[in-house]
Amino acid sequence: MALYSEKVMDHFRNPRNVGTLEDADGVGEVGNAKCGDIMKIYLKIRDDVIDDVKFETFGCGSAIASSSMATEMIKGKPVSEAMALTNRAVAEALDGLPPHKLHCSVLAEEAIKAALKDYYDRHGIAYDPADFPAGEGCAHCGLAGE
Amino acid sequence: MNPKRTIYADNAATTPMSAAAVAAMLPYMEGIYGNPSSLHSVGQRAAEALADARQRVAACLGAASPQEITFTSGGSEADNQAILTAVRLGEKKGKRHIVSTAFEHHAVLHPLERLAKEGYEITLLDVHEDGLVRPEEVRAAIRPDTALVSVMYANNEIGTVQPIGEIGAICRAAGVLFHTDAVQAAGHLPIDVAAENIDMLSLSGHKFRGPKGVGALYARRGIRLASLIEGGAQERGRRAGTENVPAIMGMTAALEEAVARRAADAAAVAAKRDRLIAGLSAIPHSILNGDPVRRLPGNVSFCFEGIEGESLLLLLDDRGVCASSGSACTSGSLDPSHVLLAIGRPHEIAHGSLRLTISAETTDADVDCIIGAVREVVAYLRGMSPVWRDLTEGKTKFVTE
Repeated sequence: MALYSEKVMDHFRNPRNVGTLEDADGVGEVGNAKCGDIMKIYLKIRDDVIDDVKFETFGCGSAIASSSMATEMIKGKPVSEAMALTNRAVAEALDGLPPHKLHCSVLAEEAIKAALKDYYDRHGIAYDPADFPAGEGCAHCGLAGE
Repeated sequence: MNPKRTIYADNAATTPMSAAAVAAMLPYMEGIYGNPSSLHSVGQRAAEALADARQRVAACLGAASPQEITFTSGGSEADNQAILTAVRLGEKKGKRHIVSTAFEHHAVLHPLERLAKEGYEITLLDVHEDGLVRPEEVRAAIRPDTALVSVMYANNEIGTVQPIGEIGAICRAAGVLFHTDAVQAAGHLPIDVAAENIDMLSLSGHKFRGPKGVGALYARRGIRLASLIEGGAQERGRRAGTENVPAIMGMTAALEEAVARRAADAAAVAAKRDRLIAGLSAIPHSILNGDPVRRLPGNVSFCFEGIEGESLLLLLDDRGVCASSGSACTSGSLDPSHVLLAIGRPHEIAHGSLRLTISAETTDADVDCIIGAVREVVAYLRGMSPVWRDLTEGKTKFVTE
């Protein structure tokens, strides 16, 4: 069996939503170069909907595929739905990830949440801090997040 | 260039078997299938072949006697057996100190880690940024209670060739056992166990176009090998289990052929290696790992800033180039290669590593194809890397030039 599913390879080879947004409403970056993966998500939000989303990722095949899939899953969706996106949903949409690569889907969820938090902060929107468990950092190597 | 053509540039991982090796194995799967321990004629024909192979492997290494060669299941077993042997011999004299290096193969490092837990003192020598052990540092590390010095002949990831003859002379003068893991060197570099004062040497068949699952441990006469496997008198009681005669015959044929062709092949392969190194060095913010000259003829190892090795490998594979990387993601562990960390590459850089190991079959067109593919893929991945963006925007500093 190949390391990755066809879906992972498709999103890795042809990643959707790669790039940056000059006038982003929220930007989130998670991970650590020391651990080998960093994800950065840019959001454009209009009328409480994810109008546009772009990503940049430094990482392995599953990190790039997870970013691509996660951005596709929230594009055009209400902010509340983007907030509810779980790493499990990203991994399932990719037809699964190898066990030692599941943290890539976790990073994708965290990157989107970090970008949403930035959006709330910038626009003075009140939120429940419990929705953004901070300081978890890089779960797989124990380094503090950035 | 046909994009579907496969360019195999991972010969340090394994090699395709040579026709001579395959041909040498076949008779021992069919006609000469006997067990070398059997007294009847069918068994004795296999025993004769085994004796012949032992003599030929000994000759390839400059060993004094075929009895100095023990066949094993591969390099890892040979490494483990060499270390256990030194430990058993040292025990009798109260020697509980071992000198090795920080960038040995795990088949050496893991047994040493276990010994450290059992109270042994392990000194791991620095391999410096050029990936070379300094003989004077070996000399300085040797103590009255040193049971073993184990230094690999050539490194599997960065290809650097160690000053084995000088280290051997130091160990011999100090009366300390010297083992070298020559898994990457055998068949690729000239080896002379006598001239280089090597007491024990490990090799593996599939690294020089022999079959997998077979190797050998050279042990100088007088060194009584400790057994890892008990249960029979095979290999003069030093390794129980019916000998893998077909594999041993294949390995022997492959080794002889590699040794015979070595000088001519090495020069031609090294020329292609240097062209590959020059081509990849032109990629901005890339760095060659290991000394540019004192390295295996076929080894090219680079780090590229701002990208991660696994995605690099997968995209190279899509372009028909088979390579390997020391990134954490490819090893399944959390840390990048201990070899790259040992030569001082920061984690960030070590994640973006690429190892290309070419052979005599690699053509000039292959080299051009590899250079083109690596350039393309590195540029593409950098284009989507936030790390690269921060580097190019000056938010973080480049490590390389």
